[in-house]
Amino acid sequence: MRARTRTARQAVVLAAVASLGAGLLAGCADDGNSASPSESGGGGGKTTITLGLFGTMGFKEAGLYTEYEKLNPKIKIAENVIERNENYYPALLNHLTTNSGLQDIQAVEVGNIAEIVSTQADKLEDLSKAPGVDKSAFLDWKWAQATTADDKTIALGTDVGPMAICYRKDMFEAAGLPSDRDAVGKLWAGDWNKFVSVGQQYKAKAPKGTTFMDSPGGLLNAILSSEKEKFYDSSGEIIYKTNPAIKAGFDLTAKAAKDGLVGAQTQFQASWDTTIANSKFAAMACPPWMLGYIKGKSKPESAGKWDVAVAPKSGNWGGSFLAVPKSAKHAKEAQALAAWLTAPAQQAKLFAVQGSFPSAQAAYTSPEVTGAKNDMTGSAPIGEIFAEAAKSSPVQVIGPKDQIIQQGLTDNGVILVTKGKSAKEAWETATKTIDNNLEK
Amino acid sequence: MSTRHDTAAPPEKEGGAAPAARGGAAPPTEAETRRRLRQSRRWQRDVRWSPYAFVSPFFVLFIAFGLFPLIYTGWASLHTVELTAPTDMDWVGLRNYTRIFDDDFFWNAAKNTLTIGIISTVPQLLMAMGLAHILNYKLRASTFYRVAMLAPYATSIAAASLVFVLLFGRDYGMINWALDAVGINPVDWQNDKWPSQIAVSSIIIWRWTGYNTLIYLAAMQAIPQDLYESAALDGASRWQQFLHVTLPSLRPTILFTVVVSTIGASQVFGEPLLFDANKGASGGAEHQFQTLGLYLYEQGWINQHLGRASAIAWTMFLILIIIGIVNYVISRRLRASS
Repeated sequence: MRARTRTARQAVVLAAVASLGAGLLAGCADDGNSASPSESGGGGGKTTITLGLFGTMGFKEAGLYTEYEKLNPKIKIAENVIERNENYYPALLNHLTTNSGLQDIQAVEVGNIAEIVSTQADKLEDLSKAPGVDKSAFLDWKWAQATTADDKTIALGTDVGPMAICYRKDMFEAAGLPSDRDAVGKLWAGDWNKFVSVGQQYKAKAPKGTTFMDSPGGLLNAILSSEKEKFYDSSGEIIYKTNPAIKAGFDLTAKAAKDGLVGAQTQFQASWDTTIANSKFAAMACPPWMLGYIKGKSKPESAGKWDVAVAPKSGNWGGSFLAVPKSAKHAKEAQALAAWLTAPAQQAKLFAVQGSFPSAQAAYTSPEVTGAKNDMTGSAPIGEIFAEAAKSSPVQVIGPKDQIIQQGLTDNGVILVTKGKSAKEAWETATKTIDNNLEK
Repeated sequence: MSTRHDTAAPPEKEGGAAPAARGGAAPPTEAETRRRLRQSRRWQRDVRWSPYAFVSPFFVLFIAFGLFPLIYTGWASLHTVELTAPTDMDWVGLRNYTRIFDDDFFWNAAKNTLTIGIISTVPQLLMAMGLAHILNYKLRASTFYRVAMLAPYATSIAAASLVFVLLFGRDYGMINWALDAVGINPVDWQNDKWPSQIAVSSIIIWRWTGYNTLIYLAAMQAIPQDLYESAALDGASRWQQFLHVTLPSLRPTILFTVVVSTIGASQVFGEPLLFDANKGASGGAEHQFQTLGLYLYEQGWINQHLGRASAIAWTMFLILIIIGIVNYVISRRLRASS
């Protein structure tokens, strides 16, 4: 016993010494960095602007940094990427509330923008008057999402996710449905109920082992994304339980799940990826970035078998913003860079390389967008289809806790119907979970 | 530190061992006395306080990263605080604690922690005991097996969990594929209550069995060989030797592993978090494998309710103390009975 406590104590002391040493080293390293960003870049008198991003946002891949550095010889750009927004966002919030450790430019995901606008606006620069920013170039609703009640725009839109329906031409044909994108769009135009009844027709003659749609979460998300008001009303009240559109969307999804029209998967899970690779479903809601995802998960033989049709109602799924913290080391230069990166010409280049659809509508007439093609969809003019969807998307009211509510409805709600629960039970589990999560 | 020879030993008279101080036996001057006194005070202070200075880094770090968070968490648990504005605190007294009593999600998580703890700890320790017993025999390449025992422990939870998630997949997982091959219907490992808890436990068992095996093995090797020899002379079989020699000698070690495993089980976090199909902390669609650690994380970091999360943390802390006391009482009883 005695020997054990002694070694334990030694271990603790060792750990303490080690962490102290690590702290000192880190302190030194940090010092070297922050004291002289102009020298650490290695080029005489250059200013280094840092960007904090999540996932692959593609600025670097599209060569935009090199181009900007060429245009502004005094600027150097460095990015700091965290793979998942779930890890990036809590850290960003922490840094904003303590006003430390922030990069010169910070990216914000659309699901978090309302919370940032309502709780952190005083920590961020008003970008509406930054040099080079042209409000009219952006989609109105995208601009509005990052604007506070007192008319400060604290972030500039990068991409958006105008939603269409991607479907498998071969599987539609096999089930006796039309496969031409205009005819397909007409089948369900204007109403999600029609979309689900097309699913019934599909099921009647479906190729064995396939479902009409990929997942209950995908269907519910598509329906909710096309509503003008979903979880919050325009005065900021939470209305998700009383909003008839939400309950109707939930019940419609539950019905589709009960009838076996959707697969029993959770999106972005490994087994969901496998259903893409094995061609287990015929249609899914898809923004432009989803085509890249499909391409990444598909087997080569499905290339060209997909097509894109207009969704029953337009909606938006995904997109990001760039914000400049007031405490940034080079706030002024950062504003200029953020404005340049989100200008129409740069957004068009980003779309060509990365498939991130521009939020600057001025870019929709550029050849990069009008001439866009994707391997999965062959000759379909995807640029035009998505541009149409982007322009007709509703100006959606988004609230600070949208993500929590939607995740509750999906992952603690409609998914249960595929496990044999009734729609009523699923709704109760979902609302109970959400209420507990929202309660302060 | 105090190694100045001219003052260390008193000067001796002629014939003594130490050389006489220079200047003969002349009485020290006033200034000299003061100097010596000062020096002796400094040495006393040195001897008395230096050890504290040497251990202080630990305590400074402990205060910064152990005590302060503990107190701050306690303070935050008495307020309504959101992670978006940690400095805006509204005093609510014990409300965060009282509402835990009728918080179904908390008790569900507590129950899950208990059941996952039992179905992971018990088989794990039994298997570790068996493996240690086997490894204690003369084996070829025994060092290899002993090192191999530690391999799962050395793998990261993240990597292990991801592999297990693939193995336990409902539609394309290898385990269901194997079950199907022997004619058993596929099990929905992630969404049904007991299968999901068993799956999570299996990750824990896989990681910690080897670790406990090595602890048992070390203890077994300390048992004197003569005990086995005399038992063998008395005609005891291998199994009787294990029951009557090995097990009693291992009692303190078993207690130690039980305590450590209990503490580990009450803090289970990484395995269920990564096993979650929703990539969140809700522990499955119906919270069927949400542990207390996950619930705490969900309230604090997903929902950003710092006050509620702090109250949960303190409640967990109190529960752990109770478990500790129970363990202590049981171990005292056991020791008294032996």
